Amino acid sequence: MKLTEHFQYGLTSPICLTWELTYACNLACVHCLSSSGRRDPRELSTEECKHVVDELRRMQVFYVNIGGGEPTVRPDFWELLDYSVDHNVGVKFSTNGVKLDLCRARRLARTDYVDVQISLDGATESVNDAVRGPGSYATALRALANLAEAGFHRPKISVVMTRHNVGQLDEFAALAAKFGAQLRITRLRPSGRGADVWDELRPTACQQRELYDWLVARGEEVLTGDSFFHLSAYGSPLPGLNLCGAGRVVCLIDPVGDVYACPFAIHEDFLAGNVRSVGGFEAVWRDSELFARLRRPRTGGACRPCGYYSSCQGGCMAAKFFTGLPLDGPDPECVRGFGEQALAARSPDAVIPRSEVDHSRRGPVPVALASPRRRQERR
Amino acid sequence: MSTSGEEAERSFDPARAYRRSRRVALRPEPFGALAYHFGTHKLSFLKTPQLVAVVTSLEQHPDVYAAMEQAGVDQTQRPAYLRALADLAEAGTIEPRLEESGDS
Repeated sequence: MKLTEHFQYGLTSPICLTWELTYACNLACVHCLSSSGRRDPRELSTEECKHVVDELRRMQVFYVNIGGGEPTVRPDFWELLDYSVDHNVGVKFSTNGVKLDLCRARRLARTDYVDVQISLDGATESVNDAVRGPGSYATALRALANLAEAGFHRPKISVVMTRHNVGQLDEFAALAAKFGAQLRITRLRPSGRGADVWDELRPTACQQRELYDWLVARGEEVLTGDSFFHLSAYGSPLPGLNLCGAGRVVCLIDPVGDVYACPFAIHEDFLAGNVRSVGGFEAVWRDSELFARLRRPRTGGACRPCGYYSSCQGGCMAAKFFTGLPLDGPDPECVRGFGEQALAARSPDAVIPRSEVDHSRRGPVPVALASPRRRQERR
Repeated sequence: MSTSGEEAERSFDPARAYRRSRRVALRPEPFGALAYHFGTHKLSFLKTPQLVAVVTSLEQHPDVYAAMEQAGVDQTQRPAYLRALADLAEAGTIEPRLEESGDS
């Protein structure tokens, strides 16, 4: 049996665990997959977070991808990072760079077992700031410069591919080279606020091809988070796991401890449990009914007759769900064109699911960090 | 690790003594095990339980052949196992055992 066939039945523990530490964020990116902005008052406490780390250690989850929100705005972020690393749970964290001054960069450079990903969605200020907000390009580049000066080894520049930046791939690669960083590119999903801008920001069909060709040519040096496996139906599979890992090798722990099948699926339909419940995260991972269902082999549904199903496996579950498409049919961005057909065939009164979990801030958003005492508004 | 050890690592020699790297943890999985190297942060997959048995028992054997023998690896499978073990040596999952080195 090939490894991907084993993976479809799920693993003892996740390989790729994303843990969003807070919904608070100093930015308000238009495509935020977790609709972040305001801190949730039910956020896991420092002690609860440490308990989760203890569990991950016992389960031999060797590293965790920490994000948010902006994780570094948690006052206990650095304490939790040290705790995790000291307990053999390595940390890769995603940040917009707001807290990465030279002093912090130097400390990180001395910490073994930490990876840093700086989010940047344009190789130029205008393309980036249109999506991530004014000042965010300068903030990200300052963080990269600080990491470079501190001698931090190979941070990542993490880019969500949009209609406005596919044409900048070479510029991103040059930027990465300039800062001694590695480029990581991921797919824009119609999740969170991404649903609001998906139609206008998603790469065109022509750009998808351009992206695929670029990955085939340069893929060895670029990380993708395995997020472009739906493009494998163009021909040869891309490097990495060409399979939806949701609930099988992938999952998300959100800031309030809710466990979802994947970071792009923050919706009650994909909620497996909560780490605060009896048995903790381990019980959720091993025993949840949702995950058991996701670990059953799939037949391909409407995609079964397509000769490319074995390459793309029907694509991304979250992308289908949040565009109102059936989960056993084509991905909305299916490169054979079946997704466009399916989108066009949606009934005009079909209800497109939307997450109830929304921490977006109302009103103008300061790029500078809001005071932690900021009044918490609930929706 | 000494310089001679690093050289040996580059050319896998199944007639020599090996061991699982001290910096590698194995996590049992239905297919075999997931190996994580705490130094390089690399994940590798030991795709059969028998390969897991070979890797974990290398330390008790004078060479790789003996470990495969004891794990009961079928003769016809041995070339494939040697290729997999060469990859694991290159990834640093397994490393030559230097009898003279006293590290634990």
